[in-house]
Amino acid sequence: MEEFEPKIIAFLCKWCTYAGADLAGVSRLKFSPNAVPIKVMCSGRVDPSFVLDAFAKGADGVLVGGCHPGDCHYAQGNYKTLRRVKLLKMLLKDMGLEEERLRLEWISASEGNKFREVVNDMTLKLKEIGPSPLKTEELK
Amino acid sequence: MSKANIAFYWAASCGGCEIAVLDINEKILDVIEKANILMWPVAMDTKYEDVKKMKDRSIDVCFFNGAIRTSENEELAKLLRKKSKILVAFGSCAHEGCIPALANLFNKKLIFDRAYQETETTVNNDSILPMSSYEVKEGKLRIPEFYDTVKTLDQVVEVDYYIPGCPPTPNIVEDAFNKFLTGDLPPKGAVLAPVKALCDECPRKKKDKMIETVYRVYEKEADPEKCFLDQGIICMGPATRSGCGHQCIKGNMPCTGCFGKTPEVTDQGAKMISALASVLAVENELSLDEKKVEELISKIKDPVGTFYRYSLASSFIKRKVIK
Ligand code: SF4
Ligand code: FES
Repeated sequence: MEEFEPKIIAFLCKWCTYAGADLAGVSRLKFSPNAVPIKVMCSGRVDPSFVLDAFAKGADGVLVGGCHPGDCHYAQGNYKTLRRVKLLKMLLKDMGLEEERLRLEWISASEGNKFREVVNDMTLKLKEIGPSPLKTEELK
Repeated sequence: MSKANIAFYWAASCGGCEIAVLDINEKILDVIEKANILMWPVAMDTKYEDVKKMKDRSIDVCFFNGAIRTSENEELAKLLRKKSKILVAFGSCAHEGCIPALANLFNKKLIFDRAYQETETTVNNDSILPMSSYEVKEGKLRIPEFYDTVKTLDQVVEVDYYIPGCPPTPNIVEDAFNKFLTGDLPPKGAVLAPVKALCDECPRKKKDKMIETVYRVYEKEADPEKCFLDQGIICMGPATRSGCGHQCIKGNMPCTGCFGKTPEVTDQGAKMISALASVLAVENELSLDEKKVEELISKIKDPVGTFYRYSLASSFIKRKVIK
């Protein structure tokens, strides 16, 4: 059987994490190709419905990346993000999905290496817990 | 002018929507003057066979309340779709799943085990559970099949219009009847209620919200003048369509969300999570103390039942994953 390759939808804020991911790229760091980046202006732009929509459409994991606390370009976007992600994790748990499928990380524009490690680590963990059950769940 | 033909049907619902039709009081007489009622299980004894014999599209407007829980619900939805020109999802169950859809946190097996074996007042030593067919001497007996997942009406057939509410309020019902009887209808697919969120029209005094703790309704006597959210009581107003006339708010109870999401929102619970995330305050915000945030959030009991009390079946995730 082919090895399971998790699909991670990564919402990355333009000012920090996306730049960090870019840095990982231009530095030619090698890492798992499992994350599909989507650039947003701020992690605070990640509406909870984006995350749920991604899971409903079969994502195995969702990564939200934003600036470190205090560094958000819009001052407080990432504070809201933290609360949203915590609330979403609580919800996912109640809906029978593993909390680890949703991950929030603060990664700055200079942390290309951290981006690599987060993606590698998340890919590994998702391989352990397996494909999202929503992928195969046929409503009966 | 010839009279319009209308029909009412109930699927998985509590019966409140049937009563909601009568809540328009004497106006029901105007409806009867302009329309023949071909089917109305709560008031008339129409047999399914009679409906099957009707010509296709011979019902002008069919008001269908209730969610889809059994094969019978689904069969009737399909039959009435065929027989009706306009099919209306009447009330929250048909519209978004409502309370019956909270059973999507379980499946058929768990529900049957609980209802027919484990309940404290049940004695069922032979573990007899409902079966959709059963062989007896005289032949095969059948009852409808019970599904694992509750669905909304539009998840099994095409729906033309929606009337929100648990149950729909008299003003909404009356307005909808007028629209159908005069033919003054919005584009297909519309929800026949205002588009604004409840908060936009709420009479309570609002501040710049920053709530430091969350109370459940019974834990705090609410000030009847002030916004519930400002007082730390979760109110679904920011994520819920208006049109109900603030009945709960006026009764000093927070909105629980029965009118469903507003048109630009894709998922009512997600919208509420977003709104709530913006008002939950922790002391010394800038330190972004995760523990404190977690503590505050843990005061929200039953997130699914709070954020999706009426819309679980129509949400992105729809049901709990049960392994
Ligand atoms: S949250 Fe509730 S009480 Fe506050 S303004 Fe909105 S509807 Fe009114
Ligand atoms: S701009 Fe990066 S989190 Fe707000």
